[in-house]
Amino acid sequence: MKARVTVTLKTGVLDPQGKAIEGALHSLGIDGIASVRQGKVFDIEVEGDDAEAAKAALAAASEKLLANTVVENYRVDIL
Amino acid sequence: MKAAIVLFPGSNREGDAARALRQAGADTQIVWHDDHALPDRTDLVVLPGGFSYGDYLRCGAIAGRAKIMDAVRAHAARGGYVLGICNGFQILCESGLLPGVLMRNRDLRFVCKRQFLRVERNDTVFTRVYKKHQAIDVAIAHGEGNYEAHEETIRELEDQGRVAFRYCNAQAQVGGEANPNGSTNDIAGIYSEKLNVLGMMPHPENLIDPLVGGIDGRGLFASLVAA
Repeated sequence: MKARVTVTLKTGVLDPQGKAIEGALHSLGIDGIASVRQGKVFDIEVEGDDAEAAKAALAAASEKLLANTVVENYRVDIL
Repeated sequence: MKAAIVLFPGSNREGDAARALRQAGADTQIVWHDDHALPDRTDLVVLPGGFSYGDYLRCGAIAGRAKIMDAVRAHAARGGYVLGICNGFQILCESGLLPGVLMRNRDLRFVCKRQFLRVERNDTVFTRVYKKHQAIDVAIAHGEGNYEAHEETIRELEDQGRVAFRYCNAQAQVGGEANPNGSTNDIAGIYSEKLNVLGMMPHPENLIDPLVGGIDGRGLFASLVAA
């Protein structure tokens, strides 16, 4: 079973990398970009086919390692 | 004073930390991150600077969950001393031994230069030979040193006197241009609640020899050895 964990910065946390990318997009002349926030995506292959168990395991993985919940949010999707 | 310096894959300041501690009169031993236990009668654990695990995921994230960190947590809970420098500070935050997080520097640059710090208090085991509000001349070398935490955590740190060092200029004036990375309240280092764990971004271990231009870093190690 394939799953995806998406980790994003919480609102209000300064994201200088996102800002730099935003600036680069503007300088490339790509119009209509209001703002950029950078995050991380983890594509994870889960054993078995119990979606609820997989969701719980990946939530634990996110809490313990994948996200720093002081500044980051995470989302678990079973694909 | 018996000091254990933890070596993670990618640590690179363990030699400097050992040298500074030995100069101050401590016994030092290097401990591998995959070990379960600290050497008997360890007084001080040092998490040195470097780039543990290549800064993968987040700085200090993987090292913060290494086997040896359970022993370090137990050591800290017993009141043992723990010093995390640079990447070691990041590891302390990731391991839950200190609150908050070190974010990317405000201007995205890796900053490597001499830096003054104001000693916020001199009644801890780490700073007793310094004067209160003394400006000490040390070094910084980091890309992720921008300290951030929840508003209430910052308030707690301030109210409990747990800010160890702030970025300042040679005249001990804090903040403004003297802040190299955008760190909240110009924080360069913080203590745990019991003041036995110190995490700091700057490198006192690099300013212990007149040959490199300064010896202000010695005070921290001399303080610890006198503990």
